[in-house]
Amino acid sequence: MPTFRVAGTDLLAVVSALRDEQGFDLLADLCGLELQGRPVRFGVVIHLLSTTHKEYVRLHVDAVDDRVPSVSSLHPGANWHEREAFDMFGIVFEGHPDPRRILMWDSYPYHPLRKDFPLAGIEVPFPAADVAEVTGQKVEPAPMMGGPFVSHGGKLSEGEPSALDQSWTEEKPKA
Amino acid sequence: MVKSDFGYNSKVEGEVIVTRADAVVNWVRSHSVWPMPMGLACCAIELMAAGGSRFDISRFGMEVMRFSPRQADCMIVAGTVTYKMAEVVRRIYDQMAEPKWVVAMGACASTGGMYRSYATLQGVDNIVPVDIYISGCPPRPEALLDGMMLLQEKIRNEGGSLRRTFRGRTVETKIVS
Repeated sequence: MPTFRVAGTDLLAVVSALRDEQGFDLLADLCGLELQGRPVRFGVVIHLLSTTHKEYVRLHVDAVDDRVPSVSSLHPGANWHEREAFDMFGIVFEGHPDPRRILMWDSYPYHPLRKDFPLAGIEVPFPAADVAEVTGQKVEPAPMMGGPFVSHGGKLSEGEPSALDQSWTEEKPKA
Repeated sequence: MVKSDFGYNSKVEGEVIVTRADAVVNWVRSHSVWPMPMGLACCAIELMAAGGSRFDISRFGMEVMRFSPRQADCMIVAGTVTYKMAEVVRRIYDQMAEPKWVVAMGACASTGGMYRSYATLQGVDNIVPVDIYISGCPPRPEALLDGMMLLQEKIRNEGGSLRRTFRGRTVETKIVS
């Protein structure tokens, strides 16, 4: 698939030209990504499909200052994809008509797909204060090592994948 | 009903059956469980299969699935409960009239299952009292039926079936003959 690196300032013009002049009329995918060790931490990848030429094209945009212009004015289907990329990575889509979280609840303070976020999660208050008051429940890190389903080795489990191999848990920080 | 619950001999007692109020009330309740299908993931597919003709949950007197919590007395939590959904599950449980029971169907509802992650509640018993846990990922319909029959057995052995908690007070229903 041909891939083009596009600056954020040119993104709307490029997507618009691809749609109106080259026939790439369907937004197949839009996702965020984190690139460790690069000057710009976050990026957005857009897959466009031409339903007439049966061709895909991929655009890669660096999110300078974690910001990318929203393409949902050109492709309305990008709306929820951009909300997901915002929810999971914290990438702000400028000009988005409804810039809310889509998967996590609105008051959630983190962006879980960032590399520095542990899979088990971080303790935060329960989404509903009145339910938390009755149940005493919090959003807690999930048990990884030492959890109820972790195998502790032995003959039967040598061939099985087990959580003991994980080098990064809530008990042992990532090196 | 367990045989010892009766003191009945037609020759001696004629048309009169002597029993305990708990035994009668629990017998009625255990054979008219109205489940509320809280289908959240793939377990709900097996739950639907249990309701179909092949497995036929109505053989055991609990086929009246109600999608309104106000008409149900047993919530079957079938699937992964995320923290975002946990609030909804609790609110629906609160809307069910007493007496009410909860069945945690499958690994996810029981313990979080394979979802050791930031998004998943690690067991629905963190927010609602669970009566029966059913293992499996997902459990087969037979396992659900077995769990529901265990629930019936639990209902049959409950004491104080005429006692009710109403707005924080315990109320005893009187039987007037």
